[in-house]
Amino acid sequence: MSSPGVTESQDAEQPARAAGPEQPHESTRRTGGGDLSTRALSLLQTGVGRNAGLVVALLLLCVVGAFTAGDRFASTDNALTILRLAATIGVVSIGMTFVITGGGIDLSVGAILALSSVWCTTLATQVIAEDTHWIVMAGVALLVGIGCGLVNGVLISYGRVVPFIATLAMLASARGLAEIISLRRTQIVTVPGFRDFFTARLLGVEVQVWLFALVAVIGWVVLNRTTFGRRTIAVGGNPEAARLAGINVRRHTVLLYVLVGVCCAIAALMLVARTTTGSSTHGTLYELDAIAAVVIGGTLLSGGRGTIVGTVFGVLIFTTLTNVFTLNNRSISEQSLLKGAIIVVAVLLQQRLANRKSSE
Amino acid sequence: MSTATDRDDTATRGDSRPILEMHGIVKEFPGVRALDGVDLDVRPGEVHCLLGQNGAGKSTLIKVLSASYQPDEGTIRWDGEEVSLPTPVSAMKLGISTIYQELDLVPGLTVAENVFLGHELSRGGISQTATANSRTRALLERLGHPEISATRLVETLSPASQQIVSMARALSHETKLLVLDEPSAVLDGEEVENLFHVMEGLTAEGVAIVYISHRLEEIRRIGDRITVLKDGATVATGLPVSETPTSELIRLMTGRSIEYVFPDRTGRVDTSTDPVLKVEGLALGGTFSGVDLEVHAGEIVGLAGLVGAGRSEIVETVYGARRATAGTVTVDGKKLRRGSVSAAVAAGMGLCPEERKSQGLLLGEPISNNVTISSMGRFARWGFLRRGDEKSEAERLTEQLDVRPRGVTRPVGKLSGGNQQKVVLARWLLRGCRVLLLDEPTRGVDVGARSEIYALIRSLADEGVAVVVVSSEVEEVLGLADRVLVVREGRVVHESAATELDESRVLDLVMEGKVA
Ligand SMILES: Nc1ncnc2c1ncn2[C@@H]1O[C@H](COP(=O)(O)OP(=O)(O)OP(=O)(O)O)[C@@H](O)[C@H]1O
Ligand SMILES: [Mg+2]
Repeated sequence: MSSPGVTESQDAEQPARAAGPEQPHESTRRTGGGDLSTRALSLLQTGVGRNAGLVVALLLLCVVGAFTAGDRFASTDNALTILRLAATIGVVSIGMTFVITGGGIDLSVGAILALSSVWCTTLATQVIAEDTHWIVMAGVALLVGIGCGLVNGVLISYGRVVPFIATLAMLASARGLAEIISLRRTQIVTVPGFRDFFTARLLGVEVQVWLFALVAVIGWVVLNRTTFGRRTIAVGGNPEAARLAGINVRRHTVLLYVLVGVCCAIAALMLVARTTTGSSTHGTLYELDAIAAVVIGGTLLSGGRGTIVGTVFGVLIFTTLTNVFTLNNRSISEQSLLKGAIIVVAVLLQQRLANRKSSE
Repeated sequence: MSTATDRDDTATRGDSRPILEMHGIVKEFPGVRALDGVDLDVRPGEVHCLLGQNGAGKSTLIKVLSASYQPDEGTIRWDGEEVSLPTPVSAMKLGISTIYQELDLVPGLTVAENVFLGHELSRGGISQTATANSRTRALLERLGHPEISATRLVETLSPASQQIVSMARALSHETKLLVLDEPSAVLDGEEVENLFHVMEGLTAEGVAIVYISHRLEEIRRIGDRITVLKDGATVATGLPVSETPTSELIRLMTGRSIEYVFPDRTGRVDTSTDPVLKVEGLALGGTFSGVDLEVHAGEIVGLAGLVGAGRSEIVETVYGARRATAGTVTVDGKKLRRGSVSAAVAAGMGLCPEERKSQGLLLGEPISNNVTISSMGRFARWGFLRRGDEKSEAERLTEQLDVRPRGVTRPVGKLSGGNQQKVVLARWLLRGCRVLLLDEPTRGVDVGARSEIYALIRSLADEGVAVVVVSSEVEEVLGLADRVLVVREGRVVHESAATELDESRVLDLVMEGKVA
């Protein structure tokens, strides 16, 4: 029907009917053919349709922000601030979307981020980086992320430790190791060029924000258009069926945790650049924010269905919320309370969907 | 129709006043009108058979009856009075018990806990485990299966035993109408016979039974009257079983007349060459041992036997899904690593598993993804999927297997049971294997689609694929396979060409040594 080059989103195959996001895959309307603009339009419509709830929530938040904080909220500078804050947690959340879709969970993201930030800013690393290039720091961070992800993945798929426990252990030990390495001191970045790279502006927007966009786009393509993504969905949806279908479930699980590790490392670099420090306290409670963003985005916590677009909206909603509260001088406690409420509502909605799914 | 004097005559058994009348039932799902004005009336003490092709609406109808679905239109009368059934509990209260096509037990609970799930026995909030256990034992005994322990975890039972537990659950209520949706699909000949005894006992007590099956010979054996559904509508109702010829039933169901045909054996299997699949001394501790098997290119080998004889375990072990405790598996002369599905797949082996829901399908995913999951490499370039090709291939195969409704983007979980089975099969037909292991390939598939599937399997064999078929239907094994192995209690007890065997001989071999 459609040619291989047609770039419909998966959402387009399961477009919103009148009922909107509540029935994501009942209809089979196709949007094949047509010129580029109509196709882009329908893509937009279906994407928005499926995520209508999230779009509305985000818009509402913006309206509230504009009313309560006026120009302090509705300014380009503030928008860029929100995006900058969203970038770090966003990259982590994209990785988290993959593990959760694949039927797992990673509680150690914040700790891996801290360890990466510390290890890439040690004196030794920085000395080498000053002599050569700041890219060495990036390499170290990535290696740390990959290493932690490997340990998680191998423990989970070959050691058969449940993901919750394995990554809980990693959460404790990675942060512990970070404290040992840094002696609980904040390590200042002295390497020239490093900070400049991430905070440089491209078309008026900082590179780290672009990096988040890039990670999100790659994440979307990988999840929706590649065999890796298809396998992730299969492994999360029905591991036994995936195994009998010839998918190497264990290896794939390891790869998923390595992928999160890499995302944590990228986020660590962004955070180090933004704060010009590496610290064992970086990324505290990121696991909660990331899981929350993924879940309110619409990814099933039980695995087998994931949405990158939803996750991006989830991240933006939480970051905007924080921003609005901060601008209005409201306390962190109030923020937490509201965040909790949002998570509960989102999960309740999700369960209604899941029940519908399993009614046959 | 019947009078007090001919109560004993089985042909007209049952009261003339129906206990259940369903009239003009309509049920729509988004995009599909599953039921489009169905009528059904059931009398006390009769076995009323529901016939129809895959997707005709049988399961949907009984889900309306058990109130899992609410009908969009239509009336239900119970004992002459119009009733509304807002919840499954209300149907249960009237005395309607249902055993669904897809088993719905809780695997992590014991047999007794499952039987009394939802109406647990308790006194003052404390559950009476001992009473529940003893009442469960009594029910299992009544069903002829005292060997199933009430305290065993359901997940450790075979599908057939799980079926019995579902029956026990249905009978744990005061039942006036028992609905059975393809119960025989997971049972073998002997157990089906056992089930029929239980059913006869129940009808003698005046219980009405609605029975769904694709096996016409069963309906001949047990049924009293037949209702035929086609595309969500009743095309015939109240046909007496004894007076309706099979050809007429098939014509009513499918709208055309087909014979239940097996493809011709081309008879060109070259057994002088080395076998493609060679299994030597394969064993799985406690389940089976000493299994030798050779399959040549172009040959179909059938494994016959009772459910629980170890046939599924044998093919799963050959495939590496279970780790053999002894023996070797060789494909094209290459020995496979034990317990590795990846090695088997790399060598060109494919397994179409027995349990489509738990082992086969990604229920929430579209049909196309379910079909292509094992052959993704073919549709990918550098890991990127060419979804157009993927979709058109899936379309081609599902059309060939007559999966209904058409269209490969709907989630597979929304298909009827038989159509889901066809999707699993399509996956393996697409993959292009050297060795294809098919475990109960036509379970729950209707008469029309079966002949299509047999023809496809045969044409694959003609292309040089080595095929192993496991089936509980002796007729299927004999009709389809070139060579037949009979498995009993974990051992191969007989091997010969299919043409040298007939049904009764196979049954003898299968049962031998068992107390009759
Ligand atoms: N939950 C659902 N959502 C959408 N469509 C459904 C759903 N359940 C069933 N259908 C559709 O309704 C139709 C009738 O399905 P049903 O399960 O009643 O068939 P059946 O007669 O029991 O077939 P089989 O012999 O294969 O079990 C099919 O076309 C099926 O795809
Ligand atoms: Mg059915």
